[in-house]
Amino acid sequence: MPQLDPHTLDAEVLYAALLDQVRTGIAGAHEPAIVGIHSGGAWIAERLARDLGLTARLGVLDVSFYRDDYAKKGLPAEVKPTHIAFDVAGATIVLVDDVLYTGRTTRAAINELFDYGRPARILLAALVDRGERQLPVAADFVAAHTRVGAGEALRLQQSATGQFKLTIERDHA
Amino acid sequence: MTTIHIKNGRVIDPANGVDAVQDLYIADGKVAAIGTAPDGFTAARTIDATGLVVAPGLVDLSARLREPGYEYKATLESEMQAAVQGGVTSLVCPPDTDPVLDEPGLVEMLKHRARGLHGAHVHPLGALTMGLKGRALTEMAELTEAGCIGFSHAEVPVEDTTVLLRALQYAKTFGYTVWLRPQDAHIGKGGVAHSGPLASRLGLSGVPVMAETIALHTIFELLRATGAKVHLCRISSAAGLELVRAAKAEGLAVTCDVGAHHVHLTDADINFFDPNARLTPPLRSQRDRDAIRAALTDGTIDAICSDHTPVDDDEKLLPFAEASPGATGLELLLSLTLKWAEDLGGHHGPGDALFKALARVTSAPARVAGLDAGTLAVGSGADVVLFDPAARWLVEAPALASQGKHTPFLGYEMAGQVRATIVGGHVAYERNAA
Amino acid sequence: MLNPQLNKHGELQHLLTTEGLPKAIVNQILDTASSFVSVSDREVKKVPLMRGKSVFNLFFENSTRTRTTFEIASKRLSADVINLNIQASSASKGESLLDTIDNLSAMHADMFVVRHASSGAPYLIAKHLHDTQQNHVHVVNAGDGRHAHPTQGLLDMYTIRHYKKDFTNLRVAIVGDILHSRVARSDIHALTTLGVPEIRAIGPHTLLPGGLEQLGVRTFTNMDEGLKDVDVIIMLRLQNERMSGALLPSAQEYFKSYGLTQERLALAAPDAIVMHPGPMNRGVEIESAVADGPQAVILSQVTFGIAVRMAVMSILAGNQG
Repeated sequence: MPQLDPHTLDAEVLYAALLDQVRTGIAGAHEPAIVGIHSGGAWIAERLARDLGLTARLGVLDVSFYRDDYAKKGLPAEVKPTHIAFDVAGATIVLVDDVLYTGRTTRAAINELFDYGRPARILLAALVDRGERQLPVAADFVAAHTRVGAGEALRLQQSATGQFKLTIERDHA
Repeated sequence: MTTIHIKNGRVIDPANGVDAVQDLYIADGKVAAIGTAPDGFTAARTIDATGLVVAPGLVDLSARLREPGYEYKATLESEMQAAVQGGVTSLVCPPDTDPVLDEPGLVEMLKHRARGLHGAHVHPLGALTMGLKGRALTEMAELTEAGCIGFSHAEVPVEDTTVLLRALQYAKTFGYTVWLRPQDAHIGKGGVAHSGPLASRLGLSGVPVMAETIALHTIFELLRATGAKVHLCRISSAAGLELVRAAKAEGLAVTCDVGAHHVHLTDADINFFDPNARLTPPLRSQRDRDAIRAALTDGTIDAICSDHTPVDDDEKLLPFAEASPGATGLELLLSLTLKWAEDLGGHHGPGDALFKALARVTSAPARVAGLDAGTLAVGSGADVVLFDPAARWLVEAPALASQGKHTPFLGYEMAGQVRATIVGGHVAYERNAA
Repeated sequence: MLNPQLNKHGELQHLLTTEGLPKAIVNQILDTASSFVSVSDREVKKVPLMRGKSVFNLFFENSTRTRTTFEIASKRLSADVINLNIQASSASKGESLLDTIDNLSAMHADMFVVRHASSGAPYLIAKHLHDTQQNHVHVVNAGDGRHAHPTQGLLDMYTIRHYKKDFTNLRVAIVGDILHSRVARSDIHALTTLGVPEIRAIGPHTLLPGGLEQLGVRTFTNMDEGLKDVDVIIMLRLQNERMSGALLPSAQEYFKSYGLTQERLALAAPDAIVMHPGPMNRGVEIESAVADGPQAVILSQVTFGIAVRMAVMSILAGNQG
């Protein structure tokens, strides 16, 4: 897949593409479920679950307690609730994040899911892959590849009517 | 004996109403002259006191020397050194040593030991009852002969009122003064802080003001019945001071003192459970402190004392209620008195706040204790302190000669530093010029 | 003097008291706790936040309950827990408090959970850690004398928030031996910080400390009057020692005037909740029918207590000194 200019990304268009990939990818899967990582991944997961008729098999994760930078940064000021409404054991879980970057968030999310039970399979879906991996993590479904400048971050926004939009911001991490 | 000529200092002698820049002459251990040298005087030593105050050596109505018995907390050597470094030339020590000062032999030994150190004059108080147990009277006449200047019950309340009555009657027979801490035996027992909103907030057991006022009422009733003479030690409350004021107006033979820390601090200085602020009586409220300061000004309180109580680390660095009460004070008495003078109105000239304040640590305590001290009258013993009222020093462990390093003023900067202390015409302490 | 609870960045360095705890930090603790509540419902009841950290439970005053909840909270954070029960006896003056701390620090303790019979003991420890540059070690006060029990105060706040949502229009009554209660003090400070407009203290004069009015608390010696229309009732445990200390004649008499019965509960708001820090003395401060009744949320307090302690410990452990 070719690398796109981050300024030209249309989040709605990308979502449609991702939805298509996921629908195809989980066709016939055993006990499929969608789990989104707060905040952007959770919004995408909610829409995917609605569009795929899997609202009963939806979960949202906050990975704050599993991050690897706790010793340096402490607990974030706001920890959102984690809610898994289905039985993880034996499920085919599509783990959803908005932007795939170093891979550390994915690692934390997988560890957290395993504390709920043993899934049959985990597939990773990301709206955008911005590369620069620091761990051996790869997305199974991704709508676009891009590169973002140093000190910049790609953020997903959701409007009041639920419309997705991608913006580039200064990275304060 | 040495002759000393102290030149050009501001001589302040409240006992004789002197406050002027002039010279002081010492010979044969006594004050030989003020102003002009006596005939044929040649100074073996001349001290330039320009910019310094020359005053009678301080008279401290309460300093614990921790001997006999508590040598691990402090020794006579270290505390006598602390006294002269603080400009104190006469001190009164309470009888709560180990063993208690209730035997003439113990008193003689203490006086003998102190004399050998050539420091301040030590005047012990004898125990009012044997072992301070509040039951049997001590041999007051024998103890007086051995050197006691009065009789005290230290921090221990006399529970049996009949015993206190008898003790006062007996003391009255010989004209002895009884020194008493007004403190009820039961109310406030186990208390560690002033009963009030702060102690409630901090969860500390309180000592209510009532513990002091109830005891004062009892003491005054007994005085009316016996005609005895009492010195009240460490008044801490506004209500207590009201009672003392009324008793003095009534003509009862009563004097009283206050601890130097209580002139400045309140229970708020406990901060976050600072055990250095654990004192007895406890530091009370702002209103009580204000009443103490007013009473010092109008003379209801006769004297400020240091209430010097060395406590070692093992007994201080504990949770507040478990820490031993007490603070080091000999070396802070002067500075704390000057601090009060500063708050009164600073130093302006003859007869000012400094003059009035120094009276509370020289002439007045000497009068209370019946001592020939706290004066620079010609012919009196040459006990003199020279100090720089403007020099500032930091209260920290290395600066203190006492083995007691704990005071709520640790880390504070104070004004007033002793340059030299003369006891009986002999320079007992001199600060090397910085 | 700087607030010894906060580090130089204004973050929580130790939890010593709810008094003076900034509202933002109180809310951070409560919000974080709500995320921990669900951990207990999972198959693996652990998160790895304090993996490899050592938590020393230093209990100078006996308490199996509090120590157990701290132990559970520590283990759910994957920490290693060491329990030390040190009976402080003045007769056998063993090692001093600070010497004990120094020895345990030398064993690389990361956190001390301390319960002590003397008010202010955890402050002495916190100051000592500061003076000896051990800013990576944190202290949690599990109850000091009569002064504070901040985790209890916070879990009580969590409970109230859970059932009542909005603090700013509540009437809260605290009933019992407030004079000797560190729980009461911690509750009062926390309720004030969170904006509760009316706090009432109910008890006989012998059990009401002076200075409550200065803390913004209305005092009542008549329980019927005091409970009128309240939304939250916090019952305090009455200790037997109070009877022997000439503060109260007997438990029976106490129950007659200050026991929470169904009749008295009916005087409060119809949806009032009944809380108790435990353990309860049934028939002394509270009637069984009330303790087991629909308005009592006492068992919830226990559940929430674990989550709140997990929140406190994980926030502390993540703050560098």
